[in-house]
Amino acid sequence: MTRYASVLDLIGNTPVVDASALSPNPNVKIWVKLEGRNPAGSVKDRVAYSLIRAAEADGRLTPGKPGQTLIEPSSGNTGIALAMVCRMRGYHLKVVLPSNVSPERRQLLEVWGAEIIDSPGSEGSNGAVRMAQKLAADNPTWVFLYQYANPANPLAHYTTTGPEILADIPEVTHFVAGLGTSGTLMGVGRFLKENVPGVKIWAIEPPSGEMVDGLRSLEDGYIPPVFTDNDGANLLDRRVVVRPRESLEWVRKMAEIGLFVGISSGAIMAGAVKCAATIPEGEEAHIVTIACDDGWKYLSTGAWTDDLDEVVERAKRIIYF
Amino acid sequence: MAITVRIPTVLRPAAGGLAVITGTGSTIGEILGAIAAEHPGVQPQLFNADGSLHKFLNVYINDDDVRYLGGLDASVADGDEVTLLPAVAGGAA
Repeated sequence: MTRYASVLDLIGNTPVVDASALSPNPNVKIWVKLEGRNPAGSVKDRVAYSLIRAAEADGRLTPGKPGQTLIEPSSGNTGIALAMVCRMRGYHLKVVLPSNVSPERRQLLEVWGAEIIDSPGSEGSNGAVRMAQKLAADNPTWVFLYQYANPANPLAHYTTTGPEILADIPEVTHFVAGLGTSGTLMGVGRFLKENVPGVKIWAIEPPSGEMVDGLRSLEDGYIPPVFTDNDGANLLDRRVVVRPRESLEWVRKMAEIGLFVGISSGAIMAGAVKCAATIPEGEEAHIVTIACDDGWKYLSTGAWTDDLDEVVERAKRIIYF
Repeated sequence: MAITVRIPTVLRPAAGGLAVITGTGSTIGEILGAIAAEHPGVQPQLFNADGSLHKFLNVYINDDDVRYLGGLDASVADGDEVTLLPAVAGGAA
């Protein structure tokens, strides 16, 4: 179908492309699901739409009713996706955004009329979550969808991303994705574990704990409730940190095979390649990964064009994942 | 060759201000136990009261989370790098 009644109907059903040219193992296929094809440009369109519909279903939000305000912490993509949906539904959105995200992320929020509340860049997403929690507590009339704890977040992936992957790549043996709120991994991971015997779920994460310098003690740590509520410790089979240099090297290698994707997608591909390298010789595998968004929002970082050492240093100071 | 243990900023005050410690032992449990013996203040930040790994501490061997490699029993070899990181909200959220 190529005619749609609403932009919201364009969410999901993203294409999967064979990126096995980057696989270190000839028996291992690597497939990339291109989430940048969603209308607001990232995998978070699925989550934002699911969060809003769940709130409308339980009566916390009413489409068209004036004066409704939402608040949400986001390092960018959820905020951008929520901003689009909120603009279409007539809700006012306040996004608590770490000050060190790429300028394109900030501009996209403004495109759809979101109000930006800055949180300290040095505290990363952790600081944004805490500030949003406090603002939500201080302003009980604001609707706080709280993607890190909302079951509608993993549910979006359980009901859409997971089934799409199984329909397109029924041979899937591994799923490799980024760990942020853990919504993608918990939703897709649970769906695949229920439907594909023996499938392995790998989580890729940036070294966030290294970058956050606002922590006073370990007790300021944070594990998303979505992760614990879904028994993430048992759902995942492996969890791997990918550092900025490797992420950028792989985002460049992906461009060489035509894939212009965001920096976190480079990190996830680096993880997929590590995964491929663990498959014993002679064994076949099909690794499915997610490209969370396209490269447009990261052009200002010089990720593809500037000296790699300089970009790595810059990447350590911005939130790109 | 030796085992390098990277200490995050938040744990350094209790670990003698050190950013890097040379690890001794053949498992993560032995290596963290030796650090706690040397720097008793760091003990409650490495372990829960029942001796398991602190819930807000992630430990990696060469960037692989040890919780999926056998936890405190995960093997560490000469030349490996062990990184301790606080669990924080991160990622493309």
